Amino acid sequence: MADAGKTIEIEVLRYRPEEDKEPVLQTYKVPLTEDTSVLQGLQYIKDYLDGTVSFRWSCRMAICGSCGMMIDGKPKLSCKTFLRDYYPGKLRVEALAHFPIERDLVVGVENYVRRLEGIKPYLIPKEARTLEEGEYLQTPQQRDRYMQFSACINCMLCYAACPQYGMNPKFIGSGHMAILDRYNADSRDGGREERMGKVNEADGVWDCTAIGYCSVVCPKQVDPAHAINMYKIKSSTNYFTRFVTPEGADK
Amino acid sequence: MSIQRPYVRSMDGWWKRNAYYTRYMAREVTAVFVAAYAVVLLVGLVRLSQGEAAFNGWLQALKTPLSLVFHLVLFATFVYHTWSWFNIMPLTMPIMFVGGKQVQPGTITGTGLVAAVIACAAVFFIVRRMHP
Repeated sequence: MADAGKTIEIEVLRYRPEEDKEPVLQTYKVPLTEDTSVLQGLQYIKDYLDGTVSFRWSCRMAICGSCGMMIDGKPKLSCKTFLRDYYPGKLRVEALAHFPIERDLVVGVENYVRRLEGIKPYLIPKEARTLEEGEYLQTPQQRDRYMQFSACINCMLCYAACPQYGMNPKFIGSGHMAILDRYNADSRDGGREERMGKVNEADGVWDCTAIGYCSVVCPKQVDPAHAINMYKIKSSTNYFTRFVTPEGADK
Repeated sequence: MSIQRPYVRSMDGWWKRNAYYTRYMAREVTAVFVAAYAVVLLVGLVRLSQGEAAFNGWLQALKTPLSLVFHLVLFATFVYHTWSWFNIMPLTMPIMFVGGKQVQPGTITGTGLVAAVIACAAVFFIVRRMHP
């Protein structure tokens, strides 16, 4: 693995709930080559230096969204961040910001997942169709409307980039808004009214102050800040149209 | 043995942790300067309602060195205010397609900035024609 004996220091923010009152930094020296990712550096620590270091990972290719962490204070996927970019200095890895630390680099995701369920992230067909009636058709143009937002991998980097979420964990956040629009904007979907309640509520889109860092850190170019800010206009329209439409606004 | 005792980190001083957050705070602070200039104009309006002498007094006050420096500071913050807000304008626009291609954020920001420059130039020339 080593390339001419090059090594780099990785500071890991450790938190072992059995013994640590608060997180503490621990430094490890790991070998690196031109293509060693930060995740591989952590795997080296776990395999050869300290088996007690905990972190999440799965695919190693930026599609599972498991290995997000703060790398030198910035939310990144550790599988697509390379040690060479920090060499010959050192780097610090910490659990994703704005989430409670369960252990070392592992954060609690219950709040995130529960709120994700709340926005109904699945197609709710406009009309029930029988098998004989065939599939729900869609043109490439109709698909393009939501394509960008469908690339979200739930890595939660956008939440680690959002101070508003850090200060109010009930805030819906931009990532969920991107996923919400992925379904609302789908020509086959009819669940918009059911989802707008989550958009309009006190902890909905209005807690966003358009900082925009979420879109900067997104590893899949989803642009979640666009999704949430777009919905401020939709939410306002939704509020005012209830005065002029016979059926009123969405709940 | 493992126990669950989640550790929640403090948010104190969050806006100093990242240059991006600090720039965001700077953008928000420019709104205070916009409000300050609105107050200056409102005072002018009140003085106008009090008669010609009062209004001329307000005009003279605007010409003092302190007022000129204050207006230069206001101008600088207004430029940053304009740039930073048009910079995030693409975030607030619906996804638009022209000729089958999605309109890029740079196009939206650029259009906003050009519109701002044209509006400023128009106001400048109108004022110049009223007071040659």
